[in-house]
Amino acid sequence: MIPADFDYVAPETIEDALAALRDGGEDAKLLAGGHSLLPLMKLRLAAPTLLVDLRRIPGLSGIERANGGFRLGAMTRHHAVATEEGLGAAALAAATIADQQVRNRGTIGGTLAHGDPASDMPALLLAYDGTVSVTGPNGEREIAAADLFEDYLTTSIGDDEIITSVSLPALEGYGHGYEKFNRRQEDWAMVAVSASIKKASDGSCEDVRVGLTHMASVPLRATAVEEALRGGSLDADAIARAAEQAAEGTSPPADLNASADYKRHLARVLCRRALEQAAAAEA
Amino acid sequence: MADPVQVSVSVNGERHEADVEPRTLLVYFLRETLGLTGTHVGCDTSNCGACTVHLDGVAVKSCTVLAAQADGAEIRTIEGMSHNGALHPLQEAFWSEHGLQCGYCTPGMIMASADLLERNPDPSEHEVREALAGNLCRCTGYHNIVKAVMAAAKDGQSAGVQA
Amino acid sequence: MSATDTATNGKGLFVGRAMRRKEDPRLITGKASYTEDIVVPGMVHAVLVRSPEAHARITSIDTSAVMERPGVLAVYTGQDVDLESGLPMAWVPPGIEVNTPEHWPLAKAVVKHVGDPVAVVIADTREIAMDAVEDVIVEYDPLPAVTDIEKALEDGADLVHEDFGTNKSHEWSLGGGDLEAGFAEADVILERRVVNHRTSGAPIEPRGVLADYRAGSLTIWSTTQVPHFLRLFLSLILGVSEERIRAIAPEVGGGFGAKLQIYGEEVLCAWLSRKLERPVKWTETRSEHMAASHHGRDQIAYVKVGAKRDGTLTAYHTRILADMGAYLMLLTPTIPSLGAFVMNGCYKTPAVQTDITGVFTNKMPTDAIRGAGRPEATHQIEVVLDQLAAELEMDPLELRRRNFIAADAFPCETALGIVYDSGNYQGTLDKLLEHVDVESVRREAEDLRSRGIHRGIGFSTYTEICGLAPSRVTGPSGFGLQTGLWESAMVRVHITGAVTVFTGTSPHGQGHETGFAQIVADRLGCDPAQVEVIHGDTGTGPQGLGTYGSRSLSVGGEAVSRAAGKVADKIRQIIAHQLEAAPEDIEVADGKFSVKGSPDKGLTLAEASGEAHIPENLPDGMEPGLEETSFYDPENFVFPFGAHCCVVDVDAETGKVDIVRYIAVDDCGPAVNPMLIDGQVHGGVVHGIGQALFERIHYDEDGQLVTGTFVDYALPSAADVPNIETDRTETPSPTNSLGVKGIGEAGTIASSAAVTNAVIDALRPLGVTYMDMPLSPMRIWEAIGEASGPAAGGGAQ
Repeated sequence: MIPADFDYVAPETIEDALAALRDGGEDAKLLAGGHSLLPLMKLRLAAPTLLVDLRRIPGLSGIERANGGFRLGAMTRHHAVATEEGLGAAALAAATIADQQVRNRGTIGGTLAHGDPASDMPALLLAYDGTVSVTGPNGEREIAAADLFEDYLTTSIGDDEIITSVSLPALEGYGHGYEKFNRRQEDWAMVAVSASIKKASDGSCEDVRVGLTHMASVPLRATAVEEALRGGSLDADAIARAAEQAAEGTSPPADLNASADYKRHLARVLCRRALEQAAAAEA
Repeated sequence: MADPVQVSVSVNGERHEADVEPRTLLVYFLRETLGLTGTHVGCDTSNCGACTVHLDGVAVKSCTVLAAQADGAEIRTIEGMSHNGALHPLQEAFWSEHGLQCGYCTPGMIMASADLLERNPDPSEHEVREALAGNLCRCTGYHNIVKAVMAAAKDGQSAGVQA
Repeated sequence: MSATDTATNGKGLFVGRAMRRKEDPRLITGKASYTEDIVVPGMVHAVLVRSPEAHARITSIDTSAVMERPGVLAVYTGQDVDLESGLPMAWVPPGIEVNTPEHWPLAKAVVKHVGDPVAVVIADTREIAMDAVEDVIVEYDPLPAVTDIEKALEDGADLVHEDFGTNKSHEWSLGGGDLEAGFAEADVILERRVVNHRTSGAPIEPRGVLADYRAGSLTIWSTTQVPHFLRLFLSLILGVSEERIRAIAPEVGGGFGAKLQIYGEEVLCAWLSRKLERPVKWTETRSEHMAASHHGRDQIAYVKVGAKRDGTLTAYHTRILADMGAYLMLLTPTIPSLGAFVMNGCYKTPAVQTDITGVFTNKMPTDAIRGAGRPEATHQIEVVLDQLAAELEMDPLELRRRNFIAADAFPCETALGIVYDSGNYQGTLDKLLEHVDVESVRREAEDLRSRGIHRGIGFSTYTEICGLAPSRVTGPSGFGLQTGLWESAMVRVHITGAVTVFTGTSPHGQGHETGFAQIVADRLGCDPAQVEVIHGDTGTGPQGLGTYGSRSLSVGGEAVSRAAGKVADKIRQIIAHQLEAAPEDIEVADGKFSVKGSPDKGLTLAEASGEAHIPENLPDGMEPGLEETSFYDPENFVFPFGAHCCVVDVDAETGKVDIVRYIAVDDCGPAVNPMLIDGQVHGGVVHGIGQALFERIHYDEDGQLVTGTFVDYALPSAADVPNIETDRTETPSPTNSLGVKGIGEAGTIASSAAVTNAVIDALRPLGVTYMDMPLSPMRIWEAIGEASGPAAGGGAQ
């Protein structure tokens, strides 16, 4: 319940934060909302020697429209994402994270940097083809979602880099659905599926994006489902047939409450439901 | 040992300054440094919500916030919900509707409910239940807690007071 | 006063009213003092080093680095702790041998379960102590872990306790009637293996202790349901004379049986305080609670029931394997026996037999958790009855009605020789069916099935045994508990007419301060607001026995009522003396003691108490003062009963269960405060729903605890459970003068079976005919898959 001892700084600029991170060595960690890191520290499953708190750095929080999409400051709380007009499946997913208190505190940057495949937002970033902006000793760079998640709790963000913002396309004209399955409301997803569908004028599927949560050590896109639907019909049969492929290429981690088989089955069922929801939603 | 961090907060309208270990969780800062023991600890995994307080106007689990992170913030705890003996409508409603038994989860339940009513003064029963998903109670089966929040919302509305 | 303060059903001026609780003002404002809130100058903190191994020999403990750390006062291992005796187990059943292993606050040589404490560090702050435990280096030589109670009894099985030569702790049976004849007479015999899995009590307040030994006296604050037992056992274990110990249960944040125990941490903190001459505090983390506060349930019952074709039950036999865990704690081996006492259920079954085998495993010991044996008994009876109804192709309610003990048969001695005090099982079921239209639920189910939603309805009609307990039945020469189970009360009227009541019960959320005040107010003609109820402190009132087993009102409340009655009798004598009337003509009415027929001739309680404290106003020879004590030992148990109904929707694709409705009709005799009864039922029912659908303590086959935090142990939230609809009937108990029965556990006892029956009912069209709890989504999906076979492409693919 009590974290191991650590040093703490709350710098006021990104530069100072980068310096602190560099000086802190390999056991220095960034602190955003703290809702992934502090629980681990309380159980002493993580014991950083230095926390660099990002809360004082101006400009890291808030959502703005930019370049036909959304730019979300890394310190934007889940509650703000959940209640933002126009954020589609990303908002639907954010609204299901844990509970209200956690959504009031946890941040989009923090959850993406943590890279937990059971968390909701990583698969959303992937489904949206979003990007994260990171700043490091060598300046800024953009990381595409497809390049971000490397393994369980491992991302391509360097130890000396800081996420400053997250960019999501607006997905104008898409309908959205999100289906999350858990035992209790506040639990992590056993499996979750996001679906975003753009219909052509004839009602067929112009584009579709399907994200899978907790179906591997990293978040996944259900590419087989997307390919099956794209350009074709969106009637119930077509959706059901496509959703049958939701578990293709997945390797879901099993636990006491969900075997890999069960999770594959859930992925198919939830995928169909999310697609139906997205297809029926107002674009 | 790490250098202490200076924390300056306003708790229930009162200014407090203290030097704390960086690892001091907000809940222990409130309970042990300030002696505000109405905020409780019921788990070590941010599940139970017994430690819920308001940080700059929104409900947070104070077991998952460092005291250092709260520097400069306005905090409200259960002790700040009543004024000069006048109970907050939620406190009245929990009492009238028998929304508590052992009372251990109650401060967190009331603070989480107050957060809900700030955002949504007229919630449905379903919305109340969803809003309390992060607060566990073993005694009441939640039935009377939900009733109490609904009653407080109704009272708040008819009296025109913000809950 | 709220609207609920004014409703009365006319049973007394205050008894029978839904009154707001006297406890609440301090609780809703954050002003209550729980154990963890108490600070004593000079206090130091203890943190335990616990075994990560399920079963291992301790080969070495290196504590040398610990003392290097600034702020550390001491570190001790099991070899250092010198006590008169180990942790207690209170059951010595006549004629039965119970293998009772040694159990110490810190393991001495071998650890027997994950979480078994091996060392303790004491430091100036909790932070330092938590850091320092990481410096304790314990080396273990692992031994094979015993985790499966069926395999544990096989020849050649690995042993938890080598010296017993068996994993069996004891065998115990209770039976009555001619079982053989009953089965011979049966047209149908049905057998089921019913698993009742392990759960945690999980009060939201974890356990904690603060022990302060100074100048030869010990004060100990503990999150306990049994402060008086705590004092007694501390006296015996520490060798401190009992009058030098004061045990206090301050505000206690729920118990559910998990705090009905004498825990090693309580003993250890007291020992440490004496040793170090400092007040010592220990606070349990939730992870520690999951691993090292006693668990509940964990039984496998092999049930065999016989019935005639018309549904008449002829015989019921159950063989129960009960997982004791690694040690026998205060009541560990007695728990399944408590269920055996009501293995007749509500039914006339002429022959009933329970055979219990206790089995050791390398897990945390089990003991009383809300209901303690009766939930397991009711679950197996009620689930098996539904199974039998299906076998007989009979309506499950018709099967129950056919076998109910009739309302005019009470008091009724069952086949087991237990005398049920009162009941009207048909009455509660009739009342339940006023709230739910079974036929319309069935029609809805038909409509929903086409949409993939499987609606089911399940019932549970129960009776339970509580109000623990008549000491002649439960005591040393009877069942074998080495204690009486009476309760005490002392009522003191102050000069101004204010009243202090001391009860030996020790509530932790039940509302005794309110309910007992209502009883006393009626007896003494005063306002409950003037009646303060003091509990949970061995330094105040008389010896008491605590709160558990739904005993507090029917035993403790009766003691309070009797003590108040004695005070009222004395007041009558005083007033009779002054008004020259006969004492029996003095009645309590309208807040006054007055002469029958002359309501203006009389005294208020305050006036009478004023007189009682001025000796010249008293009859010759009468002692001054108004203070009376009662020790009440009931003649019999009480047997609450009821009928519960659960309606569920099962999503056949995912296996998720949604409880659509839950209706509980309970009878616990005349209500003292109906609002408190409803509250107990709500919480009790959700506790049972929790077990049926969500909660499970699980050890893997190596004895590792898989569900060690609130992340994995799924206590349901408000978002996961429904409203609970409640109603009551009132059948008085002849056992006590209030006519009351317990209600704290009834909801839990009834509900797991109602939920399970509803889920099985929902799944029957899919071919699933039986399931054990927990009815988790994956297990339901698997069951559907297995029932439909591989060809159907269900869960087994």
